[in-house]
Amino acid sequence: MTNLQLVFPEIFLSLSIMFLLILGVFKKNSSKIIQNLSLAVLLITAVITFNETISIKEVKLFNNSIIIDYLSSLMKIVTLLATFLVLIISSNYLRTFKIFKIEYPILILSSVLGMMIMINSNDLIVFYMGLELQSLALYVLATFNRDQMKSSEAGLKYFVLSALSSGLLLYGCSLIYGFTGSTNFNVIANQLGSSEYAITFGIVFILVGLAFKISAVPFHMWAPDVYEGSPTSVTLFFTMVPKVAALTVFIRFLYVPFLNLIDQWQMILIFLSIASMLFGAIAAIGQTNLKRLVAYSSIGHVGYALAGVATGTNEGMQSSVIYIIIYIIMNLGLFSCLLMMKRENQYYEKIEDLSGLSKNHPMLALSLMIILFSLAGIPPLAGFFAKFYVFKSVIEQSMYFLAIVGLLSTVVAAFYYLRLIKIMYFDKEKEKYDTDHGLWLKFSLTFSTLLILVYFIFPSQLIEVVSRINII
Amino acid sequence: MNFPILSSLILLPTVGAFFLFFTRSNKQNNFTVKYVALFTSFVNFLLSIYLWILFDHTTSEFQFVEQRIWIEDFINYKVGVDGISILFILLTTFITPLCILSVNNSIKERLSEFLIAVLIMESFMIGVFCSLDLVIFYLFFEAGLIPMFLIIGIWGGARRVYSAFKFFLYTLLGSVLMLVAIITIYWLTGTTDVIELYSLGIETKYQNLLWLAFFSSFAVKTPMWPVHTWLPDAHVEAPTAGSVLLAAILLKMAGYGFIRFSLGLFPVASEVFTPLIYTLSVIAIIFTSFIALMQEDMKKLIAYSSVAHMGYVTLGIFTIQQQGIEGSIIQMISHGLVSAALFLCVGVVYDRMHSRLINTYGGIVSIIPKYSVLFMLFTLAALGLPGTSGFVGEFLILMGAFKDNFLVAVIASIGVIIGAAYMLWLYKRVIFGKLINNDLKKMIDLNRSESIILTSLAIPTLFFGFYPDPLINTIEVSISDLIETYNFRLASKI
Repeated sequence: MTNLQLVFPEIFLSLSIMFLLILGVFKKNSSKIIQNLSLAVLLITAVITFNETISIKEVKLFNNSIIIDYLSSLMKIVTLLATFLVLIISSNYLRTFKIFKIEYPILILSSVLGMMIMINSNDLIVFYMGLELQSLALYVLATFNRDQMKSSEAGLKYFVLSALSSGLLLYGCSLIYGFTGSTNFNVIANQLGSSEYAITFGIVFILVGLAFKISAVPFHMWAPDVYEGSPTSVTLFFTMVPKVAALTVFIRFLYVPFLNLIDQWQMILIFLSIASMLFGAIAAIGQTNLKRLVAYSSIGHVGYALAGVATGTNEGMQSSVIYIIIYIIMNLGLFSCLLMMKRENQYYEKIEDLSGLSKNHPMLALSLMIILFSLAGIPPLAGFFAKFYVFKSVIEQSMYFLAIVGLLSTVVAAFYYLRLIKIMYFDKEKEKYDTDHGLWLKFSLTFSTLLILVYFIFPSQLIEVVSRINII
Repeated sequence: MNFPILSSLILLPTVGAFFLFFTRSNKQNNFTVKYVALFTSFVNFLLSIYLWILFDHTTSEFQFVEQRIWIEDFINYKVGVDGISILFILLTTFITPLCILSVNNSIKERLSEFLIAVLIMESFMIGVFCSLDLVIFYLFFEAGLIPMFLIIGIWGGARRVYSAFKFFLYTLLGSVLMLVAIITIYWLTGTTDVIELYSLGIETKYQNLLWLAFFSSFAVKTPMWPVHTWLPDAHVEAPTAGSVLLAAILLKMAGYGFIRFSLGLFPVASEVFTPLIYTLSVIAIIFTSFIALMQEDMKKLIAYSSVAHMGYVTLGIFTIQQQGIEGSIIQMISHGLVSAALFLCVGVVYDRMHSRLINTYGGIVSIIPKYSVLFMLFTLAALGLPGTSGFVGEFLILMGAFKDNFLVAVIASIGVIIGAAYMLWLYKRVIFGKLINNDLKKMIDLNRSESIILTSLAIPTLFFGFYPDPLINTIEVSISDLIETYNFRLASKI
């Protein structure tokens, strides 16, 4: 029974999903109730995860196919809290587009369940199951605004390309299974010696699949279209939450079974990282749509997070986790601003729509400016520290090329962030936007901005939390 | 040492900015906003004077050191001053209130935001000059970009966007390599504490690359030829107060960085690269002086003259002679006062005529005599006439240079002549000559706040020109110790 207790968060979440589904079917007009219940479920799951598992060093369950350790507990809590914030700030947006339906929170909950399983996985099959559960829910979410061509297109594109990458990933899994005789990470780790080259093929295929999920260059092509086409609230979800799960799997997959093959995968990761940082920075320059711009910027940020993983050290991996957490906070603020740019039931998402924001909405513009400077990595804001930790661990491994290219691409990236600030602050104002935003939207913007702004006063806290991760 | 005087110096302007943030600026309380800012920066100035009085100039040890754990086992928040840094802090706290006083005419809209930016800028710059940890130094050094970008971009002239971007990206590009170097130093030595690094030293084989990484940042910031091109653009487009901050204080961060870090941490590499610095400095002195000669825009002319003056500064620093480095610091302080004053002088006529072109003016000596006298004084100080602070700096630098390298010193001396040429020619064209432009007749002479600002800049310029002892006393011991350790470590190759 003690075993089941450890997966109680997942069990609770899946039971709640089923209950909410039934409730939604039998009760008319229940979208509001279901939204609130889902929020409660997310919080309760987070609390349960915190209570049951945060203090556990490492336990493997169900024939070693699931692992509960500090990394998985931390990442699950991050996922759940981020989802909570996403869900709570998107309700106004959904109402405006008349897509405030019961399916929305339920789909989000199911994809979160998938992510939690991914994060827990210590076995290729469990990992794949979690991944597919997550992806299936995300396909539907991308098309959630059915009446819009772009949304349907985004969902379809995402589905086709994602299915392709899942195929590659599965092929990699089967190769690894074929040459090691097991799908369990620990068993694989013990069977490595004999057929290194064949296994390398497997690793490459799996990395391709994972790189696709985390939208690293050169497997990023879906991201801008899907981010642009999906409803903004879903884009917000896309840019934040699945990346946490995918990064965890990246770490687990590379560090547990294949740490000894670091020479084989390190080059691939360095390439993914450099390509993402550079491409994200350069391609974003020409964008005119804010959501597309965010897509490219998120590609760039994924590159920085992967740079930490590429070091193959505990510090590097921890710095990636720090990076992704700070990135989530910055993104939350950025999208809160996007969701505030509403006038007469229409949302504006072109870059020009920011024009002169500082005159009409000084506080909104100030927050957005702080967030953008932080995304650009200018001290003393939180974004700088995220990059700083990553490069600290990268330079420790004497990977100077990666560090220098990474830092130079921050300069390029600074250009397009500055352009947004320029449009907000230096250009002529346009019409005012509505100011009757929901309380939670205001809260999430204030919360993330303040966190970014004062992070430098308490930098040790986050490090302390993250430094307990230890999987090597 | 109970009262954390340096942290107060850093924090006080930010606190003032915080108050301003809650005071909306409109027609009525424009004055309140200004007085709050002025009061804050003036108190900060008094505090720094107090610091100077308490400062013990018989030792080269760091004083008023404060240390707090910031990131466990990694970085400590550590600040302190020695003879080299204290003068820059004084300069910063002295110039900022004058800047705030000068916004009367030039800044029409969003006054409180402007003052917030200026005050935050002051905090960051004081932080740069007293931080004793490389990471903290980098934080302050980079953070200054944000307020300056906004000052140029929001309140600047016609091409402000281009200039603001150029300023930001140039300096950011220069600095990121320094970050790599700082992290590398951490992994090589296990600390980023400057005092510890002074005693530990850095292995010779790494010094050259690290030196170059720091150099890339400081060279852009100084600015040295050929990466100086952001400076004229930034100056021309920035509002007067922004130009003053930029010329008087921002440029000094790099000179300070060269002395503190390039000489202090990498003596072997500094010796290797001295010819490079000499070459670039001499080119900067001669080449940009000629460019300055050709300018039609007054602000641009002064901006190029700044590049030339900073050329003397870098030249003086790398002579590694007592006189050379002393001269560099005095030159930086003097340039801080004089270039600030010159930009303010340009601002005065610009506010009246809305033109910075030299040929708009001419023959205004009889219309605005008070202005003409003060402008004359600063022109002469800029070309280094004996009796002004500009002379002391230039003279000491050239003396140091003659000791070290005769040829370089001779070429640099030629620069003094060209410098005199462009400054005097500027003065002649603007102030003397025939009064052709009839609009000029309507110009009014300096008002009260302008006279206060320019006079308070003129007093130290003359005072330190005749009696530079207080400055030299403050820096003397620190510099001789610096040179001693430099030579010692050069000999023992660490």
